[in-house]
Formats: sequence, C-alpha cells, structure tokens
Amino acid sequence: MSRVYINGISSISPQPERVFEGLEPHVSKENILHAVDLNYKSVIKPIMLRRMSKAVKMSLYCSKMALKDANVQIPDAILVGTGQGCMQDTEKFMGNMLDSEEGLLSPTSFIQSTHNTVGGQIALDLNCTGHNLTFTQNSVSFESALIDTQLQFEDPDVENILVGGVDETSEKFTGFQTLDGQIKKEKIRNINLYNSNTPGTIISESAAFFTLGSEKKSTSYAEFIDVGIFNSIDVSDISSKIQKFLKRNGVSFEDIDVVILGRNGDHRFDKYYDEIQNGIFSGKSQLGFKHMVGENNAVSSYAFWMGAKILKEKKIPENFKLNTLNCDVPQKILIYNQYLGRNHGFILLQSL
Amino acid sequence: MKGVAVTGMGIISAIGRNLNENHLSLKNAKNGITNPEILSTQHSHLPVGEIKLSNAELATILNLPENHSYTRSALLAVHSVKELLENSGYDQFPEGTGFISGTSIGGIDKTEQHFYDYSENPEYRKYIQAQHPGFTTEKIAEYFGLNGFVTTISTACSSSANAIMMGAQMIQSGKLKRVIVGGSDCLTKFTLNGFNSLKILSEEKSLPFDDDRAGLNLGEAAGYLLLEAEEYTSGRSVLGRVSGYGNANDAFHQTASSENGEGAFKAISKALNKAGLSGSDINFINAHGTGTRNNDLSESVALQRIFGKNIPAFSSTKGFTGHTLGAAGAVEAIFSLLSIQYGEIYPNLNFKTSMKETGLDPVTSIQNKEINTILSNSFGFGGNCTSLIFKKDE
Amino acid sequence: MSDLHTELKKSIIEQLNLEDMEVSDIENDEHLFGDGLGLDSIDALELIVLLEKDYGIKLTDPNQGKEIFNSVNTIADFIEKNRAK
Repeated sequence: MSRVYINGISSISPQPERVFEGLEPHVSKENILHAVDLNYKSVIKPIMLRRMSKAVKMSLYCSKMALKDANVQIPDAILVGTGQGCMQDTEKFMGNMLDSEEGLLSPTSFIQSTHNTVGGQIALDLNCTGHNLTFTQNSVSFESALIDTQLQFEDPDVENILVGGVDETSEKFTGFQTLDGQIKKEKIRNINLYNSNTPGTIISESAAFFTLGSEKKSTSYAEFIDVGIFNSIDVSDISSKIQKFLKRNGVSFEDIDVVILGRNGDHRFDKYYDEIQNGIFSGKSQLGFKHMVGENNAVSSYAFWMGAKILKEKKIPENFKLNTLNCDVPQKILIYNQYLGRNHGFILLQSL
Repeated sequence: MKGVAVTGMGIISAIGRNLNENHLSLKNAKNGITNPEILSTQHSHLPVGEIKLSNAELATILNLPENHSYTRSALLAVHSVKELLENSGYDQFPEGTGFISGTSIGGIDKTEQHFYDYSENPEYRKYIQAQHPGFTTEKIAEYFGLNGFVTTISTACSSSANAIMMGAQMIQSGKLKRVIVGGSDCLTKFTLNGFNSLKILSEEKSLPFDDDRAGLNLGEAAGYLLLEAEEYTSGRSVLGRVSGYGNANDAFHQTASSENGEGAFKAISKALNKAGLSGSDINFINAHGTGTRNNDLSESVALQRIFGKNIPAFSSTKGFTGHTLGAAGAVEAIFSLLSIQYGEIYPNLNFKTSMKETGLDPVTSIQNKEINTILSNSFGFGGNCTSLIFKKDE
Repeated sequence: MSDLHTELKKSIIEQLNLEDMEVSDIENDEHLFGDGLGLDSIDALELIVLLEKDYGIKLTDPNQGKEIFNSVNTIADFIEKNRAK
C-alpha cells in the first residue's frame, strides 16, 4: 500500500472551529448538543437542500470543503461512517406509518432513511461514480471507513479518497437514549462533563470529512498510518491491545506524543481511559474532546480532525487538555475511542 | 487470479432453512412467495418471501434465554452462521476471525414494535439501540464469541455483496486470515410500507425481466460465507472462490437506476478486470433482476453494453426468495456457489414475454452444465452497484 | 386565479418543502418539472400522494402523472374532472 496523507479536512460540530485556537467554548445546558448551523445555501443548491436532513447537509458541506482544501475535484472513492444514519427521516417515516396505521404515506422520508443516503447524495452532487460504501458499526463506523480507505489505496490507480463520519440527532430517537441510560439523567454543562461521576453522557451531532491522498503535498496536514478495530476488550487488556497495534506499525507506546481519548463522563466505561491515562500514557499529553463536542457514534472523526490540525500547526489546543503536560513538537498521535465498553477503535497519525 | 477461498456457508430464506432445503427448492423451481403470515401488517395482500418461523421458534432453536434481546435479523443470521460453522469443519471460530455483516435496516423491526412502549415500559428498553444496524451485528458476534474485527456495511440492497467484497479484500491484503461475510434482513412494516409508498411493490408474484413486470416482492433471509487465506485451506474443502469484485456509483438518482445502466456497467467492468477475465469467460449471470420496471431495464442495458450480442445465460432468483434487500447479495452468492458445485443453472421464475426494449430472455428452466465462472449483481438505493465474480476451485 | 389554484400552490410548496417560495412565485402555466420549477420524480410521487389525500383521486399508473403534473393548470383541470372530495 502507498502511504496515505491527510490533504484536506473539514468539520462541523456543536463548537465553532476556532475553539481549537482557544476561543471560549460554547456551553450547553442541555444534554443533547446540536451542531452549529452553517451557511449551507452557499454551497448547496436550494432545490437539493430542501429535502436534506442535518446529516446530509453537514456531510455535503464538509465534503465540499475537504475536497476544496485538498484542491481535488472528484475523489476516486467516497467512504462514510455513520452509526445511526439518517435518523431524522427514519423517525419521520416511522412516525407517519405508525400514526396512520400503515395508511397513505409519502415516500421522500423513506427514500432518505437508508444509511447510505449521505454517501449517495455526495456522489450525486459530485457526479462521482467511484467506489462508495457506508459503514454503520456503532462507535467504529468511521474507523471501518478508514480501513476501507487503506484497502482502496492498495490499487495504484487510486489517488484521492473522500472519507468521513457523521451522525445527527432526532427528537424521539435521541430522546429514547435518555430512557436506556445512554444520556445522563441529570442536566450537566458540557464543560463539566469530566467532573461527573454518574452513568450516561451527553449526545451530539457532528460531521467531519477528509480528503486522503497517496501523494504528499506542501499543504498536507499529516500522515494517516493505521487504524484498528476491536469489538470487545477487557479493561485489563486495553494496554496490551494498544501496544500490539502500535507494534505492528513499528511504534512503541513511548514514541507517542499525544493521546486523544474518547472519555465521555460515563463512570461505567471511562475506566478504559483511566487504565491507560494512569498507565502507559501517564507521561504523555492527554486530550479529550467530548466535553466540547459531545458523544455520538461518528465523533471519532472529530478527533481525527483535531489530530490533523495538531500535527500541522504543531500546537496542543488548551481547551482540550486533560492534563497539564505539553509537547512542543508533536509527531505521533494515537486516537482511542469506545462506546459503552464496546467497539474500540485505534487510529495512529504521524507528522510530516 | 486464483481468488479468495470460500470454506463454509450457511443460509436461511423463504425457500429453505439450510443449504440443502434451498438447493432442493431451486432445483425443483419451488418458490417461497406467500402472503405475510408472521409479519403483522395492514398490507396482507402483498406477496412476500417470508420465513415461516416466528421469533419465538427461532429463539428456541438457537437455545436463547427467555429475556434475550435478539432482533429478527440477528436470529436469522445466527441460524445461518451456525450452519456455516458446522460445515466449515471448525468446532468454534478460531481467535481473530473477522465479521462483516451487511444489512439495510438491521433491527428496525423492534423499533416499529416498541416505538410507543419505550417511555412507559422499561422492559422493552433493551431494544432502544436495536434500531441501529451495528446492534444486530454485535448480537451475532456475541453469540459466536467474535471479539476482534467486527463491522457492518449498510448500502441498501447491495449491503451483503459489499460485505463479501470487503472481506475478500481484507484477506488479500493480509489484514485478516479468516472472515465471516454476508448479511441479514428481515421483513418489517417499515420496508413494506416504504417500498409501497414508492409504488414498486407488485400485488402478484414478481416477474423479473418480463415485459409485463409490475414491481418486486419483498423477502427476508440471512446468508453468510466463510472466507479464508490460502494457507488455511489445505486439506479442507474449498466451495469456490471470490475472484472478482467491483463497486461503482450510478450518481444518477436517489432511488432509480440510470437509463444507460452506468453504475452497473462500471461495477461489472471492475469485477471482470479484478478477476482478469473478459466477458466471454462468464458462464452464467445471477442478475439483480428485482422485477421493477426501472431496475430490470437498466440492468439489461448494462449487460448489453458489457457483453454485446453474446450475453451469457442469466436469471434472477428473486422469484424464489423475494428481494431480501441487504441479504440479497449473500443469498445470491450462495446460489451461485451451489450452481458451480452442482453444475446447475437455476431458472428465472414467472417469465413469459421478453422486454420490448431489449428482447432478452433469461433461463426459464433448470439446466445442467458445467459452470466455472459466475457473475452476480446487486444494486441498491443511493446508486450503489456491486458485482461479484465466483469461480470454481481448481 | 381560482381558489383551487391557490390551494394547490400552497400544498405544493408545503408538501415539497419549497421553503423559499411563495404562492405568487408559481405561474399557473409554468412547467413544474424540468426547465420550469425543477421538480423531479420523487416530487411526482409526492404529488400522487397529495391528489389522493386531499382530493380522493387515486392514480393507479404512475406514468399517468407525467401529463397531469405538467403545470398547476393541468393539475387543477384534472382535479375538477375527477375529484371525489
């Protein structure tokens, strides 16, 4: 396989982009965080925009920005990770169907309920006939798309791949996540998430898309080295799994400069992070992001966006620090994320 | 190219609960299309390919505890992966076995059953996450103790074909030594009403590739294959090989296929190229052939563009099983491997009149002949087109 | 302009999410598909639902829609001739 470079990036989350530069973060008093609204009309035709749910809008917007950032017109493949897919349209069709007891139903929301609506709409907009897959495996949906990226780059004709992660919220379906304990019962401000000692987390919507290329450019952000997925791991095995993953890339845990961790304030499962924060990575700069942008099944794509920026700008963003350690010239970043103790994903990035 | 070895398979569909039953139905041209009996719906007049086992019966067969939280897709999948395991020669899947499952709707059957229950009845809340396809995949993984690489592909009706493609690539790249690939989808009110709102469901048994075709019949099924790296195949039976694959996007419309079948054309071309074959090497085509006006014409045009006047024998097996959505690619991969194994071409049921536009006739009765190479097509919403090529092991 | 024409335009705007449009933006004889308003085949399916829901007219053959949905005028004519409610 050729080496893979991150050549274009774009993200939408509940925080403005400049929170990375140190801008005072947006504080939410609710446990469900909505992504900031951008000027979608500036890049998407109104006749297309009128049917799009938040996930499709965010994804198409980020896709266009990430491609533009890399100066790529049409990628060779489009890969999307989304754990919950187009929930708003699913909820709409489901509600209409049940309320009308299977009466006369309008088809648009059904058409748009399929998980690959996002990938299909991007292809349609770009007129891109290349390989196009959608992965939907809880918190490793984006990581699954990254694995397919590696597979596609084995073809020497493949030069650029658009890959991203997206998840949206919807009123009832996201509300259900409070009932089964995924969302905290008590209201909490996002910035206080890591002081919490209760079950559940805060749920959000976000999208982040990237142009990955086989060619390094002067404007490239970083190199994407590897990704690994494990469906279940015991807490006691997490350090050895990570070390094994690093080892297959010829890297030791000591070589890692920064770890970006998916801590989400759920006291039942943050012990995975405790284990490595107090263990193999105790002397390393540790970052979190869910106190800023919340939790969702594709939010590790936001961590990927952070990682790319840190390696290019050589700066550790203050708003995201979990400890006081710094690193002047970050060279290797490990992203580790899981949800409810399952679907563990590792991503390794390296500076150019 | 030698292709990736298939060393096990398992299936459950409307025409049988295992490989043998499916094979007999195919051989005897016995379809599984009936009115819905297990799925509770207002549209009881719409024919479907339904598996006549209730969830409770499936749970009993699988020895699940009373308080289990398996979705119907998970029950069907576990049923078929159990068969796969039995005929793979392993007692249990070796450590590091990967799992890639394709599904279009996962466990949405539970969401539609309990949508109004969640707020009042805590006992149903175990199904809240079931709405998302990954949940169903995890249940299957849990049952078989698969704890490594586990993922789900959801690209509507090409989902499991894409799972097979990705699995083959994972083996070829050396990322995995062994991977279970395929897919599962059950009948739901959600999909039945959805396809009905698109006005593409037939009120009669579907007529793939017929000039009078009036839409598709939905079906449910699960089908899985075990793919293994070469070094693990010695002394074991290799059922066939995945030798070519390709995915392309039609980039034409959210649900409809283009008039010139561009996505299908590109997917088939990629698959042939990957397999190092030309069109004349293909002995038989298991077509997507859903029975809708749009698909069958678009697919026929794509076949004409690839094969010119020499289109190989082809048929759609959706007249047997109904369109099993995300599972269709895996079901038809298994039918293709049965064709190769037994030297049989299974018929395209219910066909009478060729389409005016193309004049193409599918195979209408069982044929016995040596089959070495099969092309299998699966196309889905969002313009998602996938073609797979299976070869006899030599 | 008849009440039916106005009513139809309102429903079209609402049903098809034509967010930025107003009744006065749609001409009675303007082509709804293609070069005109730019509607597509998904909209055509939505219009079939609209006819059945609001006027009790059931289109059995989706191909019939092509002529009926040409413009607001043609839809209004068709409704006048066939309405059941």
